[in-house]
Amino acid sequence: MSDDPKPGDWSKPAAMAIPEGGYFKEEQGRYGQIYPRTPANYGFSILAKVKPGREATVRAYGQTIEKAVAASPDVLAPLKLHYLRWVLFKIKDDTYFMYQGIFDTDFDKYIEDAVALFASTGITTVFVNLEGFPEDWKGNVPAINKFFRDHQCPSFLEYAEYPYATAEEVKKALKVKAALSDMLDQMQ
Amino acid sequence: MLETADIQHILLARTPALTGRYEFLSFHDAAGGRAWLSAILEKVQSAADALSTMERDRRWVTVAFTWNGLRALGVDEASLATFPEEFKQGMVARAEILGDSGDNHPDNWVDGLASPDLHAIVILFARDPADRDRSRAEHDKLVARCAGVEVLSALDLEATPPFEYAHDHFGYRDRLSQPVIEGTGEAPTPGTGAPLKAGEFILGYPDEEGAPVNLPKPETLARNGSYMAYRRLEEHVGRFRDFLRQHGKTADEQELLAAKLMGRWRSGAPLVLSPNKDDPALGADLQRNNDFTYKDMDPHGYAVPLGSHIRRMNPRDTAANINRRRMIRRGATYGPHLPEDAPEDGVERGIAAFVICASLVRQFEFAQNVWANDRNFHELGNERDPFIGAHDGTLEYKIPKRPIRKKITGLPAFTTVRGGAYFFMPGMKALRYLATLEGAK
Repeated sequence: MSDDPKPGDWSKPAAMAIPEGGYFKEEQGRYGQIYPRTPANYGFSILAKVKPGREATVRAYGQTIEKAVAASPDVLAPLKLHYLRWVLFKIKDDTYFMYQGIFDTDFDKYIEDAVALFASTGITTVFVNLEGFPEDWKGNVPAINKFFRDHQCPSFLEYAEYPYATAEEVKKALKVKAALSDMLDQMQ
Repeated sequence: MLETADIQHILLARTPALTGRYEFLSFHDAAGGRAWLSAILEKVQSAADALSTMERDRRWVTVAFTWNGLRALGVDEASLATFPEEFKQGMVARAEILGDSGDNHPDNWVDGLASPDLHAIVILFARDPADRDRSRAEHDKLVARCAGVEVLSALDLEATPPFEYAHDHFGYRDRLSQPVIEGTGEAPTPGTGAPLKAGEFILGYPDEEGAPVNLPKPETLARNGSYMAYRRLEEHVGRFRDFLRQHGKTADEQELLAAKLMGRWRSGAPLVLSPNKDDPALGADLQRNNDFTYKDMDPHGYAVPLGSHIRRMNPRDTAANINRRRMIRRGATYGPHLPEDAPEDGVERGIAAFVICASLVRQFEFAQNVWANDRNFHELGNERDPFIGAHDGTLEYKIPKRPIRKKITGLPAFTTVRGGAYFFMPGMKALRYLATLEGAK
């Protein structure tokens, strides 16, 4: 199973080179092969061509997501994200979209929750503007899963300043620090 | 409207059965298989039927088929191709995903359950052994009359004492938390959540996300059907009792430890509502024993450890899309009761259960792969579900406690998977469709 615990030392930055193809060993998940955990935990870089003329629509979604998170800060919680980056770039005359996410669980485990979230936040509306996204995507997890896997570009190098630390752990540590600070103030 | 006259009874009704028998069949001849199905069909009751005659019925019959079984009956390749991927692959091929490794691996399964020739199951529940034996004798005669129908194996089921309420061999009270299907008129007990859309459990109806997608074809075969994951789990009662005695100095401490592993006292009383002492009256009270949540009532797991069985199998308000992850459970215990003071006798005993849902990959496999076996569930690190997780003796179990939590290392495997399979349970019309298929071999 893909959940080998990494007792990894969070206190020493670490880098990991990843074989071409993105895997160290074969490990099956419910919807396909599991990507490995690296010091940067899990993530993907989905790369797809934008349908001609749709660049502005895709770009406008940046605002939509900004507003959605401001209105409801936990809205993306099921994705267990550390970071998200959406990028549009041109190669010759074609526009490409890259969806980079760094998160704390292998994609296979929570894909249904992710698909439900994409639908409810309207993020799927971004994907329908990409070439290759299935027409019959509504509620169709296997088809959306195939799109992601077909368009995933695995990293060949990942680095982390605090290896394997999950977002939960980082937030807990910050909370503890703040609480400790508070406590010391009260002791004055 | 729920077509209760077309849905097999096991989905919507619990029977007052104390015994039963599962027979696992192989069809070496399609026509013979269909002849068997035509005959047994008369004994299979719809939910509407069973509910109206429950008082006087003595036995109840359910039939279901593996993907290979559908092919063996003569379903054509075009239709077979429309079934979901995980059902087509079968439970044996999904072993890695389900955590069925080591002792749980299909190579170690018994009774032909791992065989590709496993085509069908006929489930018999009966009021008492006499009813079961009578039905068994009749079924033996039927099988003998049908060309090419072979009984690969069978498993007899018995309730284990005490008989006042259903429980497993470890002594835990069961059947306390079941989802309710919209349209059945049933009222959920407090804490169980609102009734769920029928499509979460029965094919052809809208589910919690809307109109159903990717249904198998033809519609006649799919409608009012459902999928069942069968699991035969041996329960190592001696090992479990030894473990309690090893980690608890008094009977009370042992009972508390048993509760901390499950999330409920063995009486059924939930730890959230009774964290320090057992409360059998609470355990028996359906109006109270499921009425709790985790996020507000026990966020850190001081009452119910984060990795306990019931907290994993139903995270309630601490998980996303919980309505897409519910399952209906049916089943029974098998094997002789091991008295409290008796040493482990090596006789196989356990539970032989069915997890019923509309999507094996989204419901059953998710619970098994993610909630039961993900060592990062709730960031616990080195834990799996203490009862149904894959254990090799190296995992631990953490019990939050003030000031310092208790950590038990080297948790033994309390259960072993002895077999399982994915079945499709057709509706009544679908059964008649299958019984009268033409062509094929």
